[in-house]
Amino acid sequence: MNYLKLVILGLVTLFAAIATNWAHDLAYQVHALLVMLVAAGMFIWVLRRTDEPSKVEGPSAVYFDGVIRAGVIATAFWGIAGFLVGTFIAFQLAFPALNFEFLQGFGNFGRLRPLHTSAVIFAFGGNALIATSFYVVQRTSAVRLWGGNTAWFVFWGYQLFIVLAATGYLMGATQSKEYAEPEWYVDIWLTVVWLAYLAVYLGTIVKRREKHIYVANWFFLSFIITVAMLHLVNNLSIPVSIWGSKSVQVFSGVQDAMTQWWYGHNAVGFFLTAGFLGMMYYFVPKQAGRPVYSYKLSIIHFWALIFLYIWAGPHHLHYTALPDWASTLGMVFSIVLWMPSWGGMINGLMTLQGAWDKLRTDPIMRMFVLSLGFYGMSTFEGPMMSIRAVNSLSHYTDWTIGHVHSGALGWNGMITFGAIYFLTPKLWGRDKMYSMSAINWHFWLATLGIVLYASSMWVTGIMEGLMWREVDDQGFLVNSFADTVSAKFPMYVVRGLGGVMFLAGALVMCWNMWMTIRGAKPATVSLPSAKSNAVPAE
Amino acid sequence: METYTFMRELADSWVLLAMFGFFLGAAVWAFLPSQKSAREDASLIPFRNENGPKANGADNLRVDEKKSIQLKGLDNV
Repeated sequence: MNYLKLVILGLVTLFAAIATNWAHDLAYQVHALLVMLVAAGMFIWVLRRTDEPSKVEGPSAVYFDGVIRAGVIATAFWGIAGFLVGTFIAFQLAFPALNFEFLQGFGNFGRLRPLHTSAVIFAFGGNALIATSFYVVQRTSAVRLWGGNTAWFVFWGYQLFIVLAATGYLMGATQSKEYAEPEWYVDIWLTVVWLAYLAVYLGTIVKRREKHIYVANWFFLSFIITVAMLHLVNNLSIPVSIWGSKSVQVFSGVQDAMTQWWYGHNAVGFFLTAGFLGMMYYFVPKQAGRPVYSYKLSIIHFWALIFLYIWAGPHHLHYTALPDWASTLGMVFSIVLWMPSWGGMINGLMTLQGAWDKLRTDPIMRMFVLSLGFYGMSTFEGPMMSIRAVNSLSHYTDWTIGHVHSGALGWNGMITFGAIYFLTPKLWGRDKMYSMSAINWHFWLATLGIVLYASSMWVTGIMEGLMWREVDDQGFLVNSFADTVSAKFPMYVVRGLGGVMFLAGALVMCWNMWMTIRGAKPATVSLPSAKSNAVPAE
Repeated sequence: METYTFMRELADSWVLLAMFGFFLGAAVWAFLPSQKSAREDASLIPFRNENGPKANGADNLRVDEKKSIQLKGLDNV
């Protein structure tokens, strides 16, 4: 096995070295160099271990938690990176001078914006999803993760994907598809990593020792499978040269637009909704100490969400070359989608029935509840904005940005923070987080940050929408585009401040995690079955 | 018939019907009274096996723990 690995790593190193030499553009050259270094490093690492007595794979009587610990740390790290870039570009919009002259072509808004979106969605959210899904699938299947070290391959492979994507954006390697910017070779790498993820996840479910597949696993599994499908179809492209990053899309025109927003909206629907609902259906009952309010409702929630979300994409293309019937279809399905979304929200909130007092005493529970509140709010706002008449006002304005952030910061962010606070003490064998009052600080900083963000974007979005459509009695437009830009300045500053508060809350969380992990007592893991209690939990 | 037209008509008719039928089936199944104990069992999964994999059929949730969780809210399952 090690010989095969050495051959592959050696060939990759050689190919990457040639690619570095023959590269057509900077991004490709830097990436080839990076891949060469990683592959060469791994070659040496594997070589030093070849023909050594192999370590026995971790006992199957213990959960595979090492990769989850790494995932929790990576989530916090990328979260800070993504929030920081987001806050910076928010101030770039308010104060254009922050597009520094010496950073032109690397650090201006256009380059940093995809870095922000990918960092928060795929790096922060993706790591959170991978870590929590590995945690949940083991506990609810009652078996160790399938595939041994494949889980580590998934983790490190995903980090490499993030680094390639992020550095690529700065150097201008992008296929200009929103949320699917990485170029062809990064896409291929992600496909490999994602299929390994699917294999680990599915393998664990297949060998489960519980009779039923818990509902959280249905959501996680639908997220993994659907993202694989979306990624493959939306990234169908032909590289111009194998030595360059540029590629040409297979689709063109309105077909390309429709494919892109079929992908884009389902990235929201399956990455940011279904996956995070998987977290919700595990962590909310755990934190509340009682089973989910209605298991029936969770089944309906799952199937309705799956069947409806996939059709909602065309609402991104109202008043375009897309046929009317298609955008109407997208609009109708978006509105119907409101029902399962609220069903899920109610299911999560009502899990607290009889335990509402926890809201007063348990800041982690408060985060979960706020997160569900924002889930409900965004899934009401979204269908409303998908209605054609509303969309004619809201589209292309900052209302959309506000909507996205109330969902991303409120729903995804808060539930991830809650999950991190739940997982950190458990994974490092502590009783609880180091500081409860720091969690409270985080809660309020993040909440106020989101409120500032969302309300300023509503005001500025509706204002600019109304300014754009305002005509005088002669039928001429009253405002120029630059008029709206200057009118938006105060709201942009408020939005930036909201970002600063949200970032500050996340920094408090990182300090709290650090103190918890370093914490006083050494980690002890109680093993209910095995006698050898000395075995550390992987 | 052209492939596109054929696919389009198939999607508009039988496939639509099949998907809708599947959805209704899932919805009915979710409410079947005969599945009540299965739903109860499934909804308690997060409260089992938290610290280690299940050792051949053992349920490591203590009896009193199970009782207290069940008492708290299984009426709607």
